Amino acid sequence: MTTNTHIGTRITTHINTKATLLTIVKYALLTALAIVMFGPVLTAILGSIRTTGEFLTTPFGLPKTGIHWENYTKILADTSFWIAFKNSLLLATGVPVLVVLLSSMLAFVLARVEFFGKGLVFNLLTLGLLFPITVAILPIFIQIRQLGLINNLWGVILPMVAFGLPGSTVILRGFFRSIPSELEDASYIDGCTTFGFFRYILLPISRPALAAVATLQVIAAWNEYFLPLLILLAEPASWPLPLGIMQFQGQFGSDWAGIMAYVTLLMIPAVIFYLFTERYIVTGLTGGELKG
Amino acid sequence: MSVPRYRVLPRSSSEIERDKRNREINKGLTVLAFVLPGMLVFILFLVIPVVQSLQFSLYDWNGFGPLEKFLGIGNYQRMFADKIFQMSFQHSLAIVVLSLALQLPLALGLALLVGRGKLPGRNLYRAAFFIPYVFSEVVTAIIWMYVYHPTSGLVNVFFSSIIPNFEFQTWLGNRDTSLVAVFFVITWKYFGLHMILYMAGLQGVPKDLEEAARIDGASEIDVLRYVTLPMMGSTIRMTIYLSVLGSFQQFVLVWTLTKGGPVNSTELLVTYMYKYGITRFYLGYGAAIAVVLFLTTLAFSLGYQRIVMRQDYVSEVA
Repeated sequence: MTTNTHIGTRITTHINTKATLLTIVKYALLTALAIVMFGPVLTAILGSIRTTGEFLTTPFGLPKTGIHWENYTKILADTSFWIAFKNSLLLATGVPVLVVLLSSMLAFVLARVEFFGKGLVFNLLTLGLLFPITVAILPIFIQIRQLGLINNLWGVILPMVAFGLPGSTVILRGFFRSIPSELEDASYIDGCTTFGFFRYILLPISRPALAAVATLQVIAAWNEYFLPLLILLAEPASWPLPLGIMQFQGQFGSDWAGIMAYVTLLMIPAVIFYLFTERYIVTGLTGGELKG
Repeated sequence: MSVPRYRVLPRSSSEIERDKRNREINKGLTVLAFVLPGMLVFILFLVIPVVQSLQFSLYDWNGFGPLEKFLGIGNYQRMFADKIFQMSFQHSLAIVVLSLALQLPLALGLALLVGRGKLPGRNLYRAAFFIPYVFSEVVTAIIWMYVYHPTSGLVNVFFSSIIPNFEFQTWLGNRDTSLVAVFFVITWKYFGLHMILYMAGLQGVPKDLEEAARIDGASEIDVLRYVTLPMMGSTIRMTIYLSVLGSFQQFVLVWTLTKGGPVNSTELLVTYMYKYGITRFYLGYGAAIAVVLFLTTLAFSLGYQRIVMRQDYVSEVA
């Protein structure tokens, strides 16, 4: 009996030291990686409050000649920044609103209504999943030109919506299918129309899934560069921020402090957005499997 | 004691028929109103452009005027004979292989470390690894141009502080290092996505199953090898799929960092298409590149879904 307890304690201590060691290794590894991840971001932020001269002599360090806010005020005083900001906001609202609207309607009929041609619509959409926007970028450009939408934000919004639809529809369809059909039957017995059920019951209870789809589209639209590059390049007043910063970088190539200020100005909204929507981003990316 | 009794009033069969018809019409209109707008945008800006790609690729066309100079497969012959195209294809393949060999295992390892258990601060680490995913490619590329700066970049300073007599490198400007440097940035930006997916997959692994294996005397490695990883199979197959497709479509990061240079050493399929098709107005040629890119990814998609991911679709049959 006594020997048993003795062996028991010995094993526990052994496991404990091993576990502590493992935890230390874990943390060391994670911290090293976190430094690699944050190092570039931190350098950019530090670079934005120092002068380019300071960067060139000592690349990584705290500002020695005070904080140089003029790197920021220079950009913020320029109307072209605010025009780009406004254009980015328009893209980042237009695209998600249209994608959520159209894909929720499509997903609803695909998930819950039997109709002629349903298989065709669904197959066409899933086939669309295989087409990244890059492979069709050229004919899209031609199509947009034929419609007279060159240098017009709609020329970016509409193709982005078209390419955002398949994925969003598939996610929402899965979600809509998981809603019990008793709910639908009950609403019909109470006199709801098909549209009524969609509008007043399905959409409100699907808010998390809709938010997930919308969030991913906000990120995509806010960051999109290739389409604006082709469609908006000739008209500076229509540039969104990614085009704006490339232009700024091309024009002031050696003004690293200014460029880093611009970069930081673009990172801040992204980080704030991430902090507020992390749950939805993760839900959207994982199809709702990971919580918290 | 009177039990309330309800009685359904008899209705004529024509009344019932009319109601049914009305409901059918109502449903039909709803379906039409719901399907049309979405499909219109989808067909106009996705289906038609993709089909047009095929058509344009058969012509010598600068994007203006009618399609007249029919070349047949001429664009394709020229492309396959072009050394730079061959290089671009190889570089794209290299990015695919590197992503599968390095990026995914890294993401998986980290997901196993921070994805479960009560490790304090795990949310913080998760955020640190994932946040670059929400940055735009352009911002990411510019930050890394700064970090790779040939005389003052963080990377050079870091290496020179740990390696004596380290010579500063022009990481992006040197043909020997550029592709690896670009790949590093791709990993930095995207492995967080895969990590998040693995973390989701991990939540689907029942803890008691692993516990049972441990009680039966399996070592931690065995538990991982025979229980955890097989249970995450569908997630792993999914990330491989996303990673391959994503690697083939890389453009903005590389274009901003190197424009495919120096001397085409970071030329990928999409930068090749943009540089040699679009900016030079050889739109027919560009379309042919797009078609090859598309057929490559399509062949992979269909093959992979048929052979590898098939087992994951059992519950998803429509």
